[in-house]
Amino acid sequence: MTLYTNLNHVETAEQLGKIIQENENVMVCCGRMGPMCVPVYGIMEDLEKSGKYDHVKFYDMLFDSPEAGIIRNLPECRGFMGLPFTVYYKNGKVVKATSSIQNLDQITDILDDKFEN
Amino acid sequence: MNQFDTIILGAGPAGLTAGIYLSRAKRKVVIIDKGIPGGQMVLTHEVANYPGFENISGYMLSMNMKKQAELFGAKVISNAAIKAVNLVDDQKTVTLSNGEVYSAPSFIVATGGRSRQIGVNGESDFTGRGISYCATCDGDFFTGKEIIVVGGGNTALEEAVALTTYAKKVTIVHQFDKWQAFNSAIQEMEENPAIDSIMESRIVEFRGDEKLNEVVIEHIPTGSTYVKPIDGVFVFIGYVPNTEDFKGILELNQWGEIVVDSTFQTNLKGVYAAGDSIVKRYRQITTAVSDGTIASLNVAEFLNSIE
Ligand SMILES: Cc1cc2nc3c(=O)[nH]c(=O)nc-3n(C[C@H](O)[C@H](O)[C@H](O)COP(=O)(O)OP(=O)(O)OC[C@H]3O[C@@H](n4cnc5c(N)ncnc54)[C@H](O)[C@@H]3O)c2cc1C
Repeated sequence: MTLYTNLNHVETAEQLGKIIQENENVMVCCGRMGPMCVPVYGIMEDLEKSGKYDHVKFYDMLFDSPEAGIIRNLPECRGFMGLPFTVYYKNGKVVKATSSIQNLDQITDILDDKFEN
Repeated sequence: MNQFDTIILGAGPAGLTAGIYLSRAKRKVVIIDKGIPGGQMVLTHEVANYPGFENISGYMLSMNMKKQAELFGAKVISNAAIKAVNLVDDQKTVTLSNGEVYSAPSFIVATGGRSRQIGVNGESDFTGRGISYCATCDGDFFTGKEIIVVGGGNTALEEAVALTTYAKKVTIVHQFDKWQAFNSAIQEMEENPAIDSIMESRIVEFRGDEKLNEVVIEHIPTGSTYVKPIDGVFVFIGYVPNTEDFKGILELNQWGEIVVDSTFQTNLKGVYAAGDSIVKRYRQITTAVSDGTIASLNVAEFLNSIE
C-alpha cells in the first residue's frame, strides 16, 4: 500500500535523516490512507501550495513501513494511540509531535509557533 | 470582489452535488470549505451503499465528486480560513482572512455535521493517546487490551463488535437503560463473549499521564461515581450539525438543524440549505446528494427569477 497524496513521500529512515539535516523546518505526517490521516495530508498539500509556508518542507510517510520505526519509536510519540503521528523537526530535532487528526488551525498554530519565518 | 452566481458553503456530498448541477447549468459557482473536500465521506473507510460502486473508499468518492464539479467549472476552495459570512443582504458574501471576498445573490449552506464529543475533562488531552473516534483507524493500537465503547446506537454496537478483533475485552458504557439500535446489532453484540455493558452510566472524567489510564464513571440514577482502569475509549455518541455560525440568522430547530421549506430554502430569501445540516431523519451520502440536487435546481430557478 502506498500513500496516494500529492505530498513528497519519505521512503526510508536514511532519507528522513538527510531531509531533516538539510532543511531547517520539516513537517512529516506518518499515517495510512485512512479517515483520520487524509484530512491532515489535505491540509499539508494546501499549505504547501499556498506559498505561505515556503520555509517549511512537507512530507508524508507510510505508517506500516518498517522504515517508519524512525517515527513510531520516537520518545515524543510514546503514548500515541491514534493515527496519524505528525512530527515537526527544527534543525534536525523534534520540536513537536501530535497524534490523531488535527485541523487547519491546530496545524498552523504549531507551524507559526515552532517555525517562525 | 469575486462575483459568482452561487456560493456553496461546505464541500461534502451535498455541496459538491449542488456545485455539479449549477456549474453544469453554466452558473458561476464557488464551493468554499473550511476543511478538505468530501466532508464526512473522507472519514469513511469504505462506502458500500452508494449506488454504482460496489465498494469505494470515502476518499476516492470525495475526490471523484470534487473533480466532477471542477470539470464543469466550479471553483473549489479547501481549507479556507473564513472570517465572515453575510447571508442577510441581497448579495451574500464570504470573507476569507486573507482579505478575499466572494459575493453572490444565492447561497447554499451545506456544512453537514460532525461526531459528537463527550465534552468532559481530559477528553482533548487524551485524544490520540487512548481516546479515539475511529475504530478502523486506531483499533490495532489496542490489540490485547481492555477498552470502553461509549454509546448505545447502531454505530456504537457495530464498532464494539468490530473492535473485539483487536481488544481482549470491550465494555460498552451507555447512558440509557435500553439500546437505541436495530435488533440485529443488539443480538450480534450480545452474542459476543468479549463484550459486556454498563447501562445508565456515563464517563465524567478521563485520567492518565502520557496516555489514558483510567476513567471516572457515573451511575446516572444514583449519581455515584467510581474509577475504572482502562487502556482505551472509543466514542460513538451521534452527531451535531455544523450550524453554530448561523444561530440567530437562520431558523434552526432545538437540535441546531436548519429549517428549510419544500424547495430547501431557509427563512432567508436566496439562502438554501442541503445535507446533514438540515432537519431530516436519514443522514446518508445518497440523501445528501439528493438534497444538493433539489436545492441547486431551486437555486437555478431563483436565479432565473431575479434576472
Ligand atoms: C464514520 C462515518 C461513516 C459513514 N458511513 C457512511 C456510509 O457508509 N454510507 C453513507 O451513505 N453515509 C455514511 N455516513 C454519513 C455521510 O457521510 C453523511 O451523511 C454525508 O457525508 C453528509 O453530507 P453533507 O454534504 O451534508 O455534509 P458533510 O459530509 O458533513 O460535509 C460538510 C462539509 O462542510 C464543511 N464545513 C462545515 N462547517 C463549515 C463552515 N462553517 N464553513 C465552511 N465549510 C464548513 C466541512 O468541512 C465538510 O467538508 C458516514 C458518516 C460517518 C461520520
